[in-house]
Amino acid sequence: MAKLKPSKGAPYARILGVGGYRPTRVVPNEVILEKIDSSDEWIRSRSGIETRHWANDEETVAAMSIEASGKAIADAGISAEQIGGVIVSTVSNFRQTPAVATEIADKLGTNKAAAFDISAGCAGFGYGLTLAKGMIVEGSAEYVLVIGVERLSDLTDLEDRATAFLFGDGAGAVVVGPSEEPHIGPTVWGSEGDKSETIKQTVPWNEYRVGDLDRLPLDSEGNVKFPAITQEGQAVFRWAVFEMAKVAQQALDAAGITPDDLDVFIPHQANERIIDSMVKTLKLPEHVTVARDVRTTGNTSAASIPLAMERLLATGEAKSGDTALVIGFGAGLVYAATVVTLP
Amino acid sequence: MAATQEEIVAGLADIVNEIAGIPVEDVQLDKSFTDDLDVDSLSMVEVVVAAEERFDVKIPDEDVKNLKTVGDATDYILKHQG
Repeated sequence: MAKLKPSKGAPYARILGVGGYRPTRVVPNEVILEKIDSSDEWIRSRSGIETRHWANDEETVAAMSIEASGKAIADAGISAEQIGGVIVSTVSNFRQTPAVATEIADKLGTNKAAAFDISAGCAGFGYGLTLAKGMIVEGSAEYVLVIGVERLSDLTDLEDRATAFLFGDGAGAVVVGPSEEPHIGPTVWGSEGDKSETIKQTVPWNEYRVGDLDRLPLDSEGNVKFPAITQEGQAVFRWAVFEMAKVAQQALDAAGITPDDLDVFIPHQANERIIDSMVKTLKLPEHVTVARDVRTTGNTSAASIPLAMERLLATGEAKSGDTALVIGFGAGLVYAATVVTLP
Repeated sequence: MAATQEEIVAGLADIVNEIAGIPVEDVQLDKSFTDDLDVDSLSMVEVVVAAEERFDVKIPDEDVKNLKTVGDATDYILKHQG
C-alpha cells in the first residue's frame, strides 16, 4: 500500500469579510395587500415585516451573488484569485445544471476555484460555513466564499394570506480564511426529516411534465400556478422557538461560552415573533444585540444571516471582533448553529 | 398529583397573563383565546408550550387547533395530564 502525503491546512478558520446585496425594488405591505385579505397591522403583528426587496429580471441569483461576493472579498482584503472554493446555498435558482456557483466563481475572477451548490434551506449559511471551515482546516482551500442567495419572490404564492408577505430576495456572502486562533466554534447541526411536511414546495417540478391539473396548484382564475413554499405556521413556530433554543444553547456550550459572553445574536430572519420568543427562551442578557433585519428584508432563507450580519456591521450596531451566535433553521427540517467572531 | 379544573384555569390565567398581558380574572372557561383574550395563533403556541410544562401534558400540533376556548384547553389537560 502506498503511503500518502497528509494534507496540510490552517490550524483554524475565521470569517474575514462580509457583503450583501438587496434588490433595488422595495415592496411595502400595501403591495402584498392587493392580493390577500389582510392588513398592514396584521402582517406586522404576526411577522414584524414592514418591507421586503423583490428582485427584477436583471437581479438574478448569479448577479446578486456576484455583487454580494465582491463586497465580501473587498471587506476581507484579499483578491478573487486567492479564493479556492465557492459554496452557494440556494433553493431558488431554477437552472439546476450546471451549479450556479461555477458561473459566480468564473465571473468573480477566481482561479478555477472549486465551486458547488448546496440545498439546506434556511440553514444553508451555517451548512456552507461548516463546509468552508472544514476545507480550510483540511487544506483543500485557503480562502472559501460562502454565499446564501434567494429569489423567494419566485416561489411565493401571492394569494396565500399565510405566506404572501413573508419572503424576500437578496444575497449575502462571507469570505472564510485561515486563522491562528479558533474564530468559528463547533457547529451544532442536524436534520429532522420526519417533519419534512411542515415547510415545503407545494408540488415537485416533474408534476408539471405530467400535466395532471388535479395535482397542480391553480390560481383563483383556474390558471396553473408556479409552485410555492408553504408551511404549517404553528408547528414551525413551536419547533423554531423551543427546539432551536436548545440547539442555540448547545452551540454556546460547544464553543465554551455562556450567554453573558455574547455580543450579538443573529438568528435566521424568519419572523420577528420567532426572534422575540427565542431571545426570551434563551434568556439572553440585555447587552446582546439582536438582529432584526427581517423587518425590512423579509425572510430571505439562506441569505438572511449574512445579510443581517452585514447590516449590523454597516450600521455600527455590531463591530468587528464581536462574538456572535448564528443559528439557521428551516425546510427539511434542518438546522445549524455556531458561534463566530464577526469580521 | 393531577391538577383540578380550578387549578388548571388558574394556571392558564397566569400563562395568558404572562404572554398576552390579559388580566387573570378575564381568563374564564367560556373565553375564546383568539376572540376574547388577544392570543393569536403564534401566542397560542407559547401558551400551549407553557401549559405542557406546567401540567406535565403533551399537546401535539394537530390538537392545538381544536383548543378554541379556555374550557377546551382545560378539558384537554384534565384528560391528558400525567
